[in-house]
Amino acid sequence: MGAQSPRAVEEPTDPDVDLSMPAQWLDAVRGQGAVVAVVALGGAIGASARYGASLIWTTAPGSFPWTTLVVNAVGCAVIGVFMVLITEMWSVHRLVRPFFGTGVLGGFTTFSTYAVDIQKLVAGGEARTGLAYLALTLLTALAAVWTAVSLTRRAGARRYAGREKKSA
Amino acid sequence: MNWLFVVLGAAIGAPLRYLADRSVQKRHDTVFPWGTFTVNLSGCLVLGLLTGAATAGAASSQVQLFLGTGLCGALTTYSTFSYETLRLVEGGARFYAVANVAVSVVAGLGAVYMGVGVAEALWA
Repeated sequence: MGAQSPRAVEEPTDPDVDLSMPAQWLDAVRGQGAVVAVVALGGAIGASARYGASLIWTTAPGSFPWTTLVVNAVGCAVIGVFMVLITEMWSVHRLVRPFFGTGVLGGFTTFSTYAVDIQKLVAGGEARTGLAYLALTLLTALAAVWTAVSLTRRAGARRYAGREKKSA
Repeated sequence: MNWLFVVLGAAIGAPLRYLADRSVQKRHDTVFPWGTFTVNLSGCLVLGLLTGAATAGAASSQVQLFLGTGLCGALTTYSTFSYETLRLVEGGARFYAVANVAVSVVAGLGAVYMGVGVAEALWA
């Protein structure tokens, strides 16, 4: 949800909770304590990994922000594999998706740093680098998620076909 | 010690994204991923403010790690953004997919510039 939740996939929500009322917001938070906790834990792990990557592969101000681009692209590829696995192939514990999808991957990837890095490049007189970074991140991220989803489905289909053959 | 600020910020930002997304998604009935759009936009605005404040010397490196790397980094997401875009394409909603990409990037940048502008007015 932060939202690994494509609206096309039905998700169990609490129809009796009206989140427009502040009091019920609190109730919802309490009722969802475990989910919120694993999202927080996953987010902390994902963000730490991103911070670690930025310390190992530092990019100088004014230069192309490769580290953030790669972090975002990797996160997009992993979410593609993960979502196909848990929505089309495996049935997993209800906390797996909030922990890993919403928490770890959501915490690992970032949209705000992406946007601010573009602003910084433009403000620093590197408008062309900023524009290239804007476009290349978008292309890489979308290609990564699309490729990951397709390959995972294909691998799953092959495995399934293999099982059919054996049982026949 | 720096890690602690990132961890604390992210432990707030990620659940905030989850709760805000749920709350936003419940209020409308369209396929457009308004929830993710809202958190990404909010994070861009806050990180813009922080960037302006940092440039003016009004934000310590700890504040930047907590609010920027931790909170805004975890509040916003690229993985869900791109996955939801793909789902829109797969669901036949190509217009919404293109609109999601265009509006997210344009509005996100707009929010950053607004944040930086406000911070400059406040601290410069």
